[in-house]
Amino acid sequence: MKTRIGVIVFPGSNCDYDAYYALKKIFNVEVKFIWHRETDLNGISGVLIPGGFSYGDYLRTGAIARFSPIMESIIKESKNGIPIIGICNGFQILLECGLLPGALINNSGIKFLSKNVTLKVESSSSLFSNKFNKDDSICMPIAHKQGNYIADKETLKKLVDEDNIVFKYENNPNGSMLDIAGITNNKRNILGMMPHPERACEEILGSTDGTKIFDSMIGNC
Amino acid sequence: MKAKVYIKYKDGILDPQGKVTNNALKSIGISGIENLTIGKYIEIEFGDISKEEADKLTNESCSKLLVNPNTQTYLYEIIS
Repeated sequence: MKTRIGVIVFPGSNCDYDAYYALKKIFNVEVKFIWHRETDLNGISGVLIPGGFSYGDYLRTGAIARFSPIMESIIKESKNGIPIIGICNGFQILLECGLLPGALINNSGIKFLSKNVTLKVESSSSLFSNKFNKDDSICMPIAHKQGNYIADKETLKKLVDEDNIVFKYENNPNGSMLDIAGITNNKRNILGMMPHPERACEEILGSTDGTKIFDSMIGNC
Repeated sequence: MKAKVYIKYKDGILDPQGKVTNNALKSIGISGIENLTIGKYIEIEFGDISKEEADKLTNESCSKLLVNPNTQTYLYEIIS
C-alpha cells in the first residue's frame, strides 16, 4: 500500500499545515488532512496528531478532542499497529485518551516556552526512532506551557523497564519527571512528544533532526 | 436538580495560579495564609430527575471527562 499519512485537524489545531508541509515537501508521501468529525481512517497507513490548542484547551488540554469522532478510529487502528505520532497538543490528546500513560501539567517555571532544546535519544527501538542511535544528541524546538510530564512511580518504573522513554531533555526546560520529552507505548507504534520535529526538517529552520523521526515513521507505515 | 462539582489538583501537583495568587495576597499585606490552591467549579443542571439519577450522571461525567484522575480530585453535591 502506498504510504498515506493522515494529519488530524481539530478546531484550534495550528501545526497541521507545518506537519503537512514537512511530510509532503521533504518526504513526498501522500498526506491527507482529516477533519476530527470524520469517523474512519480508510486507506491511511500512519496518523499524525498535530500541535495547537484543540478546542481552545477548554477544560484541560486535549480533554475535549479526545472525544472527537475520529479518535475512536485512531484508538481502533492503534491496536492494529499503525504508526501514530502525537506532537505537543497531539501528545496531550494521546494521554487524555489513555493511549499513552501519565499527564502533562504546567511547566515548572510557569512560563510558555518557545525555544530550541537538545534531546537525547533514549531508545532507538520505536517505529519513530529507528533511524537514530541510542544516546544521539538532537535539536528541535519546543513551544508549550503544559509540557511538564508527570506519572506515578509505578508508571515511571514501567516506562524505564520497558524502554518506552524515547526522548529525554538534556537540560530539562519544564520540570518533566525523568526529563521525559517523548514516550511510546509497549507496542512501540504510538509516540507522544512535546518537541516539534515538523519544525526541524530543513536547514533554514536551524535543524534537520526532525527528518529522522518522520523517515523512521514512514519506513514503518 | 442541580450538581455542584468542585475539582482541584491533587496534593503535590504544581498549581502556578494558586502560587502566584498567594504571593499577590502576601504583597498586599494579607499574611498568615499557608497555602492557596485554585480549582474549578462546575454547575450541572438537570431536568426533572431523581437525586439518585443525578448522582449517577454527575459521577459518570466526572470520571469520563470532567476530571483527569492522574492530576485532579473532585467532590460534588446534588441539590434539589
